[in-house]
Amino acid sequence: MQFYIQQTLNALQVGSVYALIALGYTMVYGILTLINFAHGDIFMISCYVAFFFSTLVISVLAGLPPLVVFVLTMLVSMFFTALLAVVIERLAYKPLRTAPRISAVITALGIGLLLENFMVAFKPVGPAPRFMPELIPNVIYNIGGVAVSNIQIVIIVVSIVAMVILDLIVRRTMVGMAMRAISWDKFTVPLMGIPVDRIISLTFALGASIAAVGGTLYGMAYTIDPYMGIRIGWWAFISAVVGGIGNIRGAMLGGFILGFVEIFTPVFLPASTYRDFVAFSLLLVLLIFKPTGLLGRPMVQKV
Amino acid sequence: MIAKLWNRWKLQLILLLVLVLTILLPAVGVIDDYINLVLKYIGINIILTISLNLVNGYMGEFSVGHAGFMAVGAYTASLLTVLVVPEALNPFLFPLVIIAGGVVAGIFGLGLAFPSFRTRGDYLAIVTLAFNMIIKSALENIEAIGGPRGFMGMSKLTSLFWVFIWVVITVWLARNFIFSNYGRGVQSIREDETAAGLVSVNTRQAKVLTFVFSAFLAGIAGGLFAHELQFINPRSFTIAKSTDMLVMVYLGGIGSLGGSILGATTFTVVSEGLRSLLQVLGISQEWRQVFAPLMLILLMLFRPKGIMGLREWRFLIPQLDRKKEPPASKPQPEVAS
Repeated sequence: MQFYIQQTLNALQVGSVYALIALGYTMVYGILTLINFAHGDIFMISCYVAFFFSTLVISVLAGLPPLVVFVLTMLVSMFFTALLAVVIERLAYKPLRTAPRISAVITALGIGLLLENFMVAFKPVGPAPRFMPELIPNVIYNIGGVAVSNIQIVIIVVSIVAMVILDLIVRRTMVGMAMRAISWDKFTVPLMGIPVDRIISLTFALGASIAAVGGTLYGMAYTIDPYMGIRIGWWAFISAVVGGIGNIRGAMLGGFILGFVEIFTPVFLPASTYRDFVAFSLLLVLLIFKPTGLLGRPMVQKV
Repeated sequence: MIAKLWNRWKLQLILLLVLVLTILLPAVGVIDDYINLVLKYIGINIILTISLNLVNGYMGEFSVGHAGFMAVGAYTASLLTVLVVPEALNPFLFPLVIIAGGVVAGIFGLGLAFPSFRTRGDYLAIVTLAFNMIIKSALENIEAIGGPRGFMGMSKLTSLFWVFIWVVITVWLARNFIFSNYGRGVQSIREDETAAGLVSVNTRQAKVLTFVFSAFLAGIAGGLFAHELQFINPRSFTIAKSTDMLVMVYLGGIGSLGGSILGATTFTVVSEGLRSLLQVLGISQEWRQVFAPLMLILLMLFRPKGIMGLREWRFLIPQLDRKKEPPASKPQPEVAS
């Protein structure tokens, strides 16, 4: 029993990171019907921003309390990642908005690979995995035989808070209303005086900064390397599709489902190397039988 | 009389001449091992590009998983060479082994054709991508064929001669397919699937045919690739490989065999040239990996048509079609909405 509670906790920890990244995929898809394949690598960049910034802060301003360093790191990572996403959107996606949709998808794929290969080739980063400096001293509590670390709690709580905030932004604010309006009807919305370009940029920025929240949290618990954009990014992407791409609550649900798949696959199958196999088979089966995902609305093709 | 004969047989004659040259030149030593290798890569890449162009260019669907088919072909052919075919018979049964690799890849292609009935565009891209990941993941988990370490022991059977023959066969098959009734059906799916169905194009049949044929060609290329490198591992067949193929297709131009040949050749030559350039400049070879995605992005932004999108070399168009308006003068149809 304790074993399963422990694993459930681990699944929640991994799943919340997936959910945070999946939100970025799903928001951009909702507004532009573009699969932003570069999003996983934007998440990877956010980890590196957090890594370099926290190393710098800890070495330069040694006396700061851990909480301040943690919050500062997260904010800086969010800011720079959002900036990168907006730059990418302006330079690469915006010129293709009127082009056939596939062109933009191919470009996104190219940008993802470009970011990844750039980070591998770029000397200060390199392909070697790295550890982020300890932002919060790791404490492990033992509750009835279940080991719970404070980092685990921070990851789960901060992710859920971030998701709630994002959900509120999308559902309760004018900006969120504009986003939903654009995803509903792209052609009428500009006539209502909504600055479409700005809202789209804002969507990219929001998606990237919530991925940066995930990136900072992820870096606190695991090692980071340039290839994680593919590994983690794809899992998050599957989460978005499983939940129904374009649906924000679906992305959250999908993230946690994938977290459980990742943690419980080694429990029921002989080796953890089957994880990718299980996840992608799940994706394939779902796409064949219910292409719109668990919470997605079916799209009707108009002739 | 002579002129008439020349006109009828010139293509075959030129091909025969080149075929003889592919045996002679490496044997005499006019082209060294490195150039020989690059030429073989060009050939393999041409087959791959035509294979992907059938799905992405002619049918207007979007596959990102062709490296998966290539992997299936490579592993099938390699396993046959090493485990089944006796050592002495290897050089003679090589074409059959390659065909077997293609056929098995084709069967996988059949499997992937079914999802394409229900989904199009983005979702099909995801399906093919998932397929690629599943193949790679499965290969990594089968210990019997080396798992993540890869598989080796094939003798170096891929010669320039065989690569050239396979390229000619590929181009010939693809041309005949594209200009057949089925091929026109396939192209009508690109323009408008619903309309194609209305004028009684059997869209399902067209999709199955294209996917199987395309996968078959990718499998052939995989087999040739495996017997050139004599070592394959699952990491050779990732999304990065699929991206290289995408670059070649879009560089050459969609819906064009001539474009596929040009695109694959240009990409391979530039990529190899970059290797020497980086070596001379003393820059790490890892920067070479940055080049392909960058080229893909720039192509999409500034010249989405590629070198010769939707146009064709004259000699690749069957006689009966040549008298018509050249396709280039038609208004460019929008590809894949």
